[in-house]
Amino acid sequence: MITKKDLEHIGWLSRLELSEEDREKYTPKLNSVLDYFGELDKADTGGVEPSYHVMPMSNVFREDVPIASLSQEEALSNAPKNQDGFIKAPRMM
Amino acid sequence: MYENPDGVMIGLEVHVQLNKLKTKVFCGCSTDYHNDPPNSHVCPVCLGLPGSLPVINRKAVEAAIKIGLALNCKVEEHTQFYRKNYYYPDLPKGFQITQYDFPISSGGYIMIEGEDGEHRVGITRAHMEEDPGRLVHEGTIDKSKYTLIDYNRSGMALIEIVSDPDMRSPKEARRYLDKLRNILEYLDIFDGDLEGALRVDANISIMGGQRAEIKNISSHKGAERALLFEIVRQKNVLRRGGVVVQETRHFDEAREITLSMRSKEEAHDYRYFPEPDLVPLKISGWAPAIKEMLPELPDARRMRFVEQYGIMDDHAKALTSERKVAIFYEEVAKIADPKISAVWICDVLKGELNYRDLTIEAFRKEDMLSVIELLMSKKITEDGAVDIIRTLLDKGGSPEEIVKEKGLLKVEGDIVSTAAEEAIKENPVAVSDFKAGKEKALNSLVGSVMKKTKGRADARAAREILLGKLG
Ligand SMILES: [Zn+2]
Repeated sequence: MITKKDLEHIGWLSRLELSEEDREKYTPKLNSVLDYFGELDKADTGGVEPSYHVMPMSNVFREDVPIASLSQEEALSNAPKNQDGFIKAPRMM
Repeated sequence: MYENPDGVMIGLEVHVQLNKLKTKVFCGCSTDYHNDPPNSHVCPVCLGLPGSLPVINRKAVEAAIKIGLALNCKVEEHTQFYRKNYYYPDLPKGFQITQYDFPISSGGYIMIEGEDGEHRVGITRAHMEEDPGRLVHEGTIDKSKYTLIDYNRSGMALIEIVSDPDMRSPKEARRYLDKLRNILEYLDIFDGDLEGALRVDANISIMGGQRAEIKNISSHKGAERALLFEIVRQKNVLRRGGVVVQETRHFDEAREITLSMRSKEEAHDYRYFPEPDLVPLKISGWAPAIKEMLPELPDARRMRFVEQYGIMDDHAKALTSERKVAIFYEEVAKIADPKISAVWICDVLKGELNYRDLTIEAFRKEDMLSVIELLMSKKITEDGAVDIIRTLLDKGGSPEEIVKEKGLLKVEGDIVSTAAEEAIKENPVAVSDFKAGKEKALNSLVGSVMKKTKGRADARAAREILLGKLG
């Protein structure tokens, strides 16, 4: 059962600011998603091999051969701010 | 038997950057960025741009298996990647690709020199992950307004080696780090001298408290200092009746203290889930062939040195504790007497290098051979040989030139003999003391001979000549 407080914490982890209205709206929605997983849990999977991944594949590799990188100009072109070739971000601590 | 009175338990998490690979772990960007401008070795994958897809580097997987095997781990049948979610500017995607409950290898150990002899440290797991970018702060970290980010490092292949909490003192932690680095250098999968090649987080607890995790340790010496501080801090908390809480602390290298980093993020907040863009790996079948190709590791080489060259185990251990020194020794011992070579490399050269904070690259093996040859042919004294080694390290030149310049050629026997006669004549007290049974009195006579010959006499020969004349 997800409470409004849990939702606030999840929002914080994702750096989402949630208004009181958002919290009212999303708390029951998330709980109904969780309830649905409860339904899935009821299925009998006794004789079924567990699957750990959505793709029925394994062992896809790349050889250790360098390819051209982006230019510094291209690399910085999406950054709102940059300085001396670095991307500039607000301080985090 | 080591008592461990405070019940110290230390576990280490070591991040090893596979900087000898040509490309990053999930993209083809070159790893050769150390002398290049920031953000010049990046692509849509390592910048986490939408729509880009990671593909794993086969050589990185091979290196991970090599490390696992060298640490006596089991290479797992099934291994896969996860997303570890958190927001920090060093992660352009908002998550780090790492491993979780299916690491590539686990359940190994290494042997270190513990407080009470050989000590086994368990390896919980060695798993693969990607390196985050590098953050630069203008001025100090708490005063700068901005964070500057260089993503050249982002996506470099890392192996995180997690130990069991088996170390019982900061000294053991340091020995573990030294041993681990040595093994990794033997494997030739990373260059420990490059910036950021090996980074350490330490977990430490003492009896009656919970564990603290210490981050931001950048050297083996730093690890030892941080842990020493932390033991004192935790003991003080307990002595004052306080509680040692589980927390993450930051090591301030300049002040040699650890500081609490209050953080809202807890382990379960990383919301790990399987990385959908990378398929699982089933590579345990590679292990036998890779094992076959593993180079000789430090412990095996140490045993071989003792057997093959007939040197003392202590010397073999010292020689093999750094791969480059072991190679240097073998090249010298191929030509010169292996036992004499071991003595001069271990007991003299290594000490002189350490004293000057130099590595073995600072000394040419040809010069070592010349010094040994001069000694063996009795052209110089042992003191003279030490002098040559020091001069080579401080000023350069060649052993032959130094011998000439400093007049280190051994003086003739009759000069020593004359000096010994003079010394006996001039020091009647020492002579009578010696004759009265005070063997130490001989030392002052030897000293006098050395002075008269300006150090060019062989101290051992001077002693014998003196004994002959006194007896
Ligand atoms: Zn890239």
